[in-house]
Amino acid sequence: MKTWLPALMLCLGLHLPASAAQLVIGLGAEVTTVDPHVLNAAPNNSIGEQVFGTLVMRDARQRFIPGLAESWRAVDDTTWEFKLRKGVKFHDGSDFTAEDVAFSLDRPATIKAPGGFAAFTRPITQKLIVDTHTIHLKTATPYPNMPSDMASVMMVSRRAAQNAASTDFDSGKAAVGTGPYRIVRFAKGERIELARHDAYWGPKPAWERVVFRLISNDAARTAALLAGDVQMIDVVPPADYARLRANNALTVFTSASNRMIFFHLDSSRDKTPFAFDKSGKPLEKNPFQDARVRKAFSKAINRTAIAERVMEGLAIPAGQFLPEGFFGYVPGLKPEPYDPDGARKLLAEAGYPDGFMLTVHGPNNRYVNDEQVVQAVAQMLSKIGITTKVEVLPFSVYVTRARNGEFTAALLGWGMSTGEGSYPLRFLVATPNAEKGTGPWNWSRYSNARMDQILEQALATVDNARRERLLREATEIAIGEQAVVPLHYQVNTWAARRGYTYTPRTDERTYAHEARPVTK
Amino acid sequence: MLAFIARRLLQSLFALFVMSLLVFVGVYAIGNPIDILINPQADQAEIAAVTAALGLDQPLWVQYWTFLQSALRGDLGKSFVANVPAIQLILNRMPATIELAAASMVIAVVLGIPLGLLAGLRPDSWVGRTIMAGSILGFSLPTFWVGLMLIMVFSVHLGWLPTTGRGPTVDVLGFPISILSWEGIRHVLLPSTNLALFKLSLLIRLTRAGTREALAQDYVRFARAKGLSMRRVVSVHVLKNIMIPIVTVVGLEFGSVIAFAIVTETIFAWPGMGKLLIDSINVLDRPVIVAYLLIIVLMFIVINLVVDVLYSVLDPRVRVAGARP
Repeated sequence: MKTWLPALMLCLGLHLPASAAQLVIGLGAEVTTVDPHVLNAAPNNSIGEQVFGTLVMRDARQRFIPGLAESWRAVDDTTWEFKLRKGVKFHDGSDFTAEDVAFSLDRPATIKAPGGFAAFTRPITQKLIVDTHTIHLKTATPYPNMPSDMASVMMVSRRAAQNAASTDFDSGKAAVGTGPYRIVRFAKGERIELARHDAYWGPKPAWERVVFRLISNDAARTAALLAGDVQMIDVVPPADYARLRANNALTVFTSASNRMIFFHLDSSRDKTPFAFDKSGKPLEKNPFQDARVRKAFSKAINRTAIAERVMEGLAIPAGQFLPEGFFGYVPGLKPEPYDPDGARKLLAEAGYPDGFMLTVHGPNNRYVNDEQVVQAVAQMLSKIGITTKVEVLPFSVYVTRARNGEFTAALLGWGMSTGEGSYPLRFLVATPNAEKGTGPWNWSRYSNARMDQILEQALATVDNARRERLLREATEIAIGEQAVVPLHYQVNTWAARRGYTYTPRTDERTYAHEARPVTK
Repeated sequence: MLAFIARRLLQSLFALFVMSLLVFVGVYAIGNPIDILINPQADQAEIAAVTAALGLDQPLWVQYWTFLQSALRGDLGKSFVANVPAIQLILNRMPATIELAAASMVIAVVLGIPLGLLAGLRPDSWVGRTIMAGSILGFSLPTFWVGLMLIMVFSVHLGWLPTTGRGPTVDVLGFPISILSWEGIRHVLLPSTNLALFKLSLLIRLTRAGTREALAQDYVRFARAKGLSMRRVVSVHVLKNIMIPIVTVVGLEFGSVIAFAIVTETIFAWPGMGKLLIDSINVLDRPVIVAYLLIIVLMFIVINLVVDVLYSVLDPRVRVAGARP
């Protein structure tokens, strides 16, 4: 009896907890490849940034901090200078130099994948290696967003990655970076094993080995944490949020996300496909051309109720593109207060005293509780007289139809990944113009010449204080006219077993080196 | 026999062609992968450049023609999100799925046939009734619910088995296999049980029905009258005669388990092909979707062929010679 008991316990998995030097994290989203230049999506970038690193890094609130570049500055309007950190070593022991930077900026354009990084490197017309640790990046026109772009493109080793295919990254052969962790094994669809890079230039991470396990099913991810198979998970399912928070064995970490959920209202076309009169006939005139109707739409929405009930507390009501603390945030621009009476009054003024009929559209598998959010908004609109039907679709079907302009009111979420205001203004509300590259995701086709002009000026202004002033001005115009109707910012969540702590981030990244054992 | 197989292969080629066409058009109709995958910071010029680089700006028939040409060279394209050949991506994940499917089929067969026999031999005893009642549960409980319950009971509360994932693998003939180690078996137990439940119930019912039918047949009565032991009657006469429908079902079910173990793979984070298919459909990763379904069609063709050949071994009355119409 005494001899078989330990053996049995071992068999049944009741062995000692994993060594303190190892951390196992359950991830909610799929990592498709270790090649850092294939898919610009948060799950891939999250792993990539731990292994490869970028010239400019972002802190937990997405402000720039020096990364592989010690400093950067605009030498003149069209030249950016990046001074590289000295003594940085790749995982294979070689030195990190300007050659590697030039190579890493050339590589994205050579990769044939729809979600690649070429958008960040295309504006660079010339890469000038000044010395081993200085590089000049030239652009055709003034380009203030260079530091932001350089916070997105990961730096690989020229020696290891030259002529390497993505499979070579996945096998680990070419995945040579300068980050705090190096790849030990990438098992597609299953796990990513990392080991500490002891020559890392930054603070030494707490864990010698890290395993990221890919557990996309919400309930299974929670169960893995509860059972102790993993010590930490990201993307806590909203349904489990309250339960995990109440559990003494666990700690939940949250941060406002940079992802804003909002409605685009078809506001410039004379006719719109999904607005009808009360008998169901398409309206002669698009009601959302009138800013008062858009304002009524916004006033009808009880954002606090959505955040607290539909999102189970995992949302913060939004009144503009960026959450507080981001570059270009407008102080004092509050979320539109819930005001159904005011909304009805505005509708009456605009000539719709009895409201009208509307179908709103949204995805059902893209954002946290997206379908329920659309349903809630529809009910709120119905209360002010806009009898609203809901149609939700899988994102793959939805996004193509939305981009074709097939909807009247369409929900979209946008991660403010640059951490500043020109990005949402340029992509979501500037007048669509292929030559200028403005408004590619402006589904409402909102157009305001003055806002466009201010934005254009901001995009060409390298001086930070002046640029922020311009961005705020443009934001006030766009939001004031309901170019989009903001709903909420999502909240990013992590949960860990007791004894572990994590620095929550706005940008949906899960970094092993930001997780630490709790020191007593 | 050879002519039969040759004719089958020819038919298969045609099936593959039709399948590729259907999937290609289907995926095209759903939406544009660029819209989902494009770097959100890409402007119109960049979007156009990427679309053109991937040939997605061409009319559908041109895209299909290009695909067909490369497919005939054995190139089914690269995954949009992983940038590696789709075939490689799928074959990479295949061993895990086959392992899971095989484990669950073993559970289903090893438990299902004896339990079915038992229920067939003693239909009115409490054992027989319990088995049949259990099989109804196996049929009617949804897989995802059972899977989560298994995790909650055996992993979270009892702590006996790991919640999710696959154990460490060792390479056997170049294929990574996990069930050779104890750790691997611990990992596969819950998902394979979950996946086996439905097949198990199916086999129990099939075996029971076959047994009851066979017991009433003259040859069984004759064997009994001859004074053969019950054991011999069951193991030789009954079992052999009820095997044909069972082999058919096991074969087809094995195929469907491999192809559509999606729910179980997702719940247990099992790194198989099913999860890959779902992920690919969500982002319209067309090369992977097309390659996946072609491989599945091919697999069903092979399984059916094997089943047909097995018939002739089991039942001399069935002839699979070329002479058969």
